[in-house]
Amino acid sequence: MFKIIKRQEMAGGTIILNEIAAPRIARKARPGQFVILKANETGERIPLTMADFNPRQGTITVIYAVVGRSTSLFSQLQEGDSYQDVVGPLGRPTRLERMGTVVCIGGGTGVAVLYPIARGLKLLGNRVISIIGAREKELLILEDEMRAISDDLLVCTDGGSYGQQGLVTDLLAQVLQEERPDLVVAIGPVPMMRAVSEMTRPCNIKTLVSLNPIMIDGTGMCGGCRVSVGGEIRFACVDGPEFDGHQVDFDELMQRLQAYRAEERQSLECESQSLEIHRCKMEPQIVSAAR
Amino acid sequence: METAPKHREKKPRVSMPEQEPDQRAGNFQEVPLGYTAEMAVEEASRCLQCKKEPCVSGCPVGVDIPGFVRCIRSGEFGPAIQKIWATNSLPAVCGRVCPQEIQCEGRCVLGKKGEPLAIGHLERFAADFARDACISCDAAPVRSTGKKVAVVGSGPAGLTVAGDLIAKGHQVTVFEALHKTGGVLAYGIPEFRLPKDIVAHEVAQLERMGVRFECNMVIGVTLTLDELFEEGYDAVFLGVGAGLPRFMDIPGETLIGVMSANEYLSRANLMKAYRFPEYDTPIPRGRNVAVIGGGNVATDAARSALRLGADRVSIVYRRSRQEMPARAEEIRHAEEEGVELHLLTNPVRFLGDDDGRLVGMECLKMTLGEPDSSGRRRPVPEEGSEFVIECDLVVVAVGSGANPLLTRSTGDLKLNRWGYIEADPETGKTNLEGVWAGGDIVTGSATVILAMGAGRKAADSIQKYLTEKG
Ligand SMILES: Cc1cc2nc3c(=O)[nH]c(=O)nc-3n(C[C@H](O)[C@H](O)[C@H](O)COP(=O)(O)OP(=O)(O)OC[C@H]3O[C@@H](n4cnc5c(N)ncnc54)[C@H](O)[C@@H]3O)c2cc1C
Ligand code: FES
Repeated sequence: MFKIIKRQEMAGGTIILNEIAAPRIARKARPGQFVILKANETGERIPLTMADFNPRQGTITVIYAVVGRSTSLFSQLQEGDSYQDVVGPLGRPTRLERMGTVVCIGGGTGVAVLYPIARGLKLLGNRVISIIGAREKELLILEDEMRAISDDLLVCTDGGSYGQQGLVTDLLAQVLQEERPDLVVAIGPVPMMRAVSEMTRPCNIKTLVSLNPIMIDGTGMCGGCRVSVGGEIRFACVDGPEFDGHQVDFDELMQRLQAYRAEERQSLECESQSLEIHRCKMEPQIVSAAR
Repeated sequence: METAPKHREKKPRVSMPEQEPDQRAGNFQEVPLGYTAEMAVEEASRCLQCKKEPCVSGCPVGVDIPGFVRCIRSGEFGPAIQKIWATNSLPAVCGRVCPQEIQCEGRCVLGKKGEPLAIGHLERFAADFARDACISCDAAPVRSTGKKVAVVGSGPAGLTVAGDLIAKGHQVTVFEALHKTGGVLAYGIPEFRLPKDIVAHEVAQLERMGVRFECNMVIGVTLTLDELFEEGYDAVFLGVGAGLPRFMDIPGETLIGVMSANEYLSRANLMKAYRFPEYDTPIPRGRNVAVIGGGNVATDAARSALRLGADRVSIVYRRSRQEMPARAEEIRHAEEEGVELHLLTNPVRFLGDDDGRLVGMECLKMTLGEPDSSGRRRPVPEEGSEFVIECDLVVVAVGSGANPLLTRSTGDLKLNRWGYIEADPETGKTNLEGVWAGGDIVTGSATVILAMGAGRKAADSIQKYLTEKG
């Protein structure tokens, strides 16, 4: 069992931070690596890249958006509750090097994954320009944390409710007019990572992206996490999750992420039904208690 | 010593009751239902009790077959299981999944003229009887030696080592990468062939004997081999299996609807996706399913697909029926349930629609040529024989390789050219001091009983090492 030491809601409860006691994982964790969590007996195995880790306290931090059945199950776990299973640290760590100027781009919850990588790059003496974005101000996370480890932080929201109006790629275009970075790291929704990679490709700027395909074991056993990189099939869980953005077949990844769309809908319907049943059972009691 | 009268061999083999094919193809419950005590006694009485014991020489771990069969014949079921346990710690599993027809039963003298003794069925009967009657192995309690042994992987090889060494008084911890113990027995072999509570029962027995199990521990990642020694382990056994799926390396392999048998079966068995949405993990419910391969993995996947509601399931195999490595019973069960066999057929590419979903598979017809290195006749493609099998799900079950996760982190461990660990076949010793290996990670995908046999040899060698080390 892996206890939740700290739970924090962000973005109006749509994004959740969990700090989890997992001493053995914390001791080994490196930026860019992920863990697989399973809430309970019937739960799915869900991969989440670590947003932080603290070897001394023996904890790891994950930040996730509540988007489907499994993350909504996770979101019901409170401080003091436990995940039944957490395994890791999985995947290859980011190769952190001193390169010069680095642009770190995070979209949505991707900022959480980006944070330890950007911090690592900064600690090695790189000049770190960070760009983070979200749909609206409420959904923006880790702004202060990112500012603290960046030489420059640019913020945008789609509607312009905060920071500049536009997409992270708009800000990247501005940066590229003045700079020629030695590395770009882009982590966020697949369309964003694809757009960034397309933008850096013509100027041949090395671009790292972190992929999030569907996984089961995370140890190279099932092959469910197959992605095409440079025309070759790679297992994201052991060969990644980071790859050269110029080599990744993003269209295929987007399609594969849709593999269980129908089942996800069924599963969510089923959950809302059981919630209703639950409510129906509750109400008479409330009524009788009120009497 | 009693000798069996001649007329006995005329009695037909007692067949084991099974769920009817049309009924069982719709559920995940076990197919063969087991012998009653009367059936077991009757079948056991067919045994000729040959002096030469050819059956025993066909058993990779040398179970005293005539001995336990004799017990069953005289209704002494408790002693029967103790006799089996002396050499085989997982009889409930082996009775169900061993390829008896090429092992013990393949050598049975009765089989020369008629049907061999149903040794597997009798082994299963004795084991199930013991479980129902709560009989456990009556090994004498031993004094603790204070030595610590780490077993990596909780498949049949690891479980055997753990059982043998805990009985010698060592402190044994089993580290498992997944969240559940049992290895292939838990994630690969389906419920209808090997109920998961049988595997859980075997693990619980070991826990009662004092074995500690730590799940979610990927050795080489969460903890390295070196760190195990730093943590005070005196010996380490590596039984990590052959967990690397092989694909076909043909176009279209990343289409939605093409998956490895490891993924398909893990979803179904480990994650219990056949009970979706009660369990959260989904599994594609193909209407038209093709399974590529000819082994137990292929038949397991095909029969699972039927149970998950497919309209049509076929097994596509590039050689002929004789070469199919699956257990005879599995092929029979699959066919009875309605699985079609496309023999001498080899896929050359997968076809998809605009959304990247599989719609079919182009195949070539094959003929058999000269024998290859495996001794089986090599399949040769017939030119111009392309045809398309329509399907919305393909499960690739063409074998597995060595998973490099652990071995990559252990640079000086000696591997062969396919990435399997080099270990002495007699002792399981690797090139590293204090490190043994056995099972599929040494031999490549093999069988439960061979993995157990390797575990037994390694346990003996570890015991010797720990005793000499003092
Ligand atoms: C679908 C299927 C059906 C089969 N049917 C039959 C059959 O009918 N009869 C038969 O005899 N054989 C059958 N086999 C083959 C048989 O199951 C295997 O030969 C046998 O299980 C091998 O045992 P093992 O202990 O070597 O490895 P496994 O059973 O593979 O167990 C290895 C375990 O180690 C764990 N592990 C891997 N890496 C690590 C790590 N780094 N750290 C910690 N743990 C790790 C794995 O998660 C796994 O649990 C079948 C196999 C499959 C896949
Ligand atoms: S998640 Fe199974 S191989 Fe990557």
